Amino acid sequence: MLFHIKNFTRNVAVALAMSATLSVAQADDHDGQKRTADNARWKSECSACHVAYPPGMLPAESWRAIMSGLDKHFGSDASLDAASASEITAFLEKNASAKKYNASGKPLLRITETRSFKSEHSEVSTSVWKNPKVKSPANCGACHTKAESGDFNEDDVKIPK
Amino acid sequence: MLRVIFTLGSVLMLIAELPIQSAFAETPIEVLATFKVEAAGTPGFQEFSATRGENFFKTKHNHNLSCSTCHTDNPAAQGKHSETDKIIKPLAPAANEERFTDMKKVAKWFKRNCNDVLDRECTAQEKGDVITYLLTIHK
Ligand code: HEC
Ligand code: HEC
Ligand code: HEC
Repeated sequence: MLFHIKNFTRNVAVALAMSATLSVAQADDHDGQKRTADNARWKSECSACHVAYPPGMLPAESWRAIMSGLDKHFGSDASLDAASASEITAFLEKNASAKKYNASGKPLLRITETRSFKSEHSEVSTSVWKNPKVKSPANCGACHTKAESGDFNEDDVKIPK
Repeated sequence: MLRVIFTLGSVLMLIAELPIQSAFAETPIEVLATFKVEAAGTPGFQEFSATRGENFFKTKHNHNLSCSTCHTDNPAAQGKHSETDKIIKPLAPAANEERFTDMKKVAKWFKRNCNDVLDRECTAQEKGDVITYLLTIHK
């Protein structure tokens, strides 16, 4: 009897391991190569009010500063319970940009204020930024049609008219 | 043998996924009942009122903001975040069955949104009035 239970437990473990491998492979297929880093809690919490901005677009010190001020987040209260906040902070730090955007002083809190953002968008004219359909440079999805899935490829840009 | 393992695996996965897919953590009525218990213990408590809830929901409080700024005057309709333009799914349970089915989520958003609109947390009376109002809305 004991032997059977052991055997059963082992089979279950094997089966579960196999299904786990299978579902990981499937998830990869669905995602393509666009989003390199993912975390379920980050995705659901940080996409409630805007697209989930990719962790690689700011350095770790910026994410730390953002995550420690969520109760006053760009004029909104985005406060989180401590467990979610620390899981998300760890995820953001791990996948942060290695670049330093600000050599001295306070960490930048906005992707839209980084030098990379400014140079990638140097050809976007003032009238486009002022279009009410764009509203804010932080509204990535207004022009990047696949922003929701973390895809900012220039081929998928469509400027609203 | 391999097939047995696979079948076993699938059955186990099915069993494991069932409770997650079917039942919500709470029903709106249960969430409302929780606020009722809390509100009933405070001085000046009045029975929850849909009219008061509607008023509260549509009135501009601080910063020229009301709940309907983002959730619109018709909570059965899709809303839009006033700062980011992000689409917000309807708030009325009749139009969105996920609403008021997870006490933790409800508490989190009342705290955030009341702070944005009133610069303070809402009272249990106000929350109960709002939910009572939202429950009277039909699609
Ligand atoms: C309650 C709503 C809300 C939630 C939840 C929220 N944010 Fe924001 N966030 C905002 C608003 C509002 C802005 C300002 C948007 C603008 O300027 O157009 C913003 C802006 C930002 C910006 C700056 C964008 C830029 O480059 O200009 C970053 C970065 C950011 N949020 C990260 C996060 C992260 C990380 C989370 C999850 C922990 C999060 N946000 C959750 C409301 C929210
Ligand atoms: C007003 C429209 C608009 C908004 C809003 C906008 N972008 Fe862009 N973005 C563009 C255009 C146009 C380009 C350049 C495409 C090209 O070079 O042909 C671009 C390019 C980029 C690129 C480089 C893509 C590549 O393939 O080289 C990145 C990354 C990017 N944007 C990220 C963002 C992020 C993140 C946000 C939000 C915080 C954002 N953008 C908001 C219009 C916009
Ligand atoms: C600045 C925009 C904004 C304002 C103003 C606002 N909300 Fe919200 N509200 C949101 C967003 C964003 C969500 C979360 C997104 C989602 O769940 O679809 C949300 C979710 C909620 C939820 C969660 C319900 C659930 O079970 O899913 C409640 C409750 C709520 N809001 C109540 C209110 C009340 C009451 C007010 C007025 C005091 C208010 N909101 C004002 C943006 C806003």
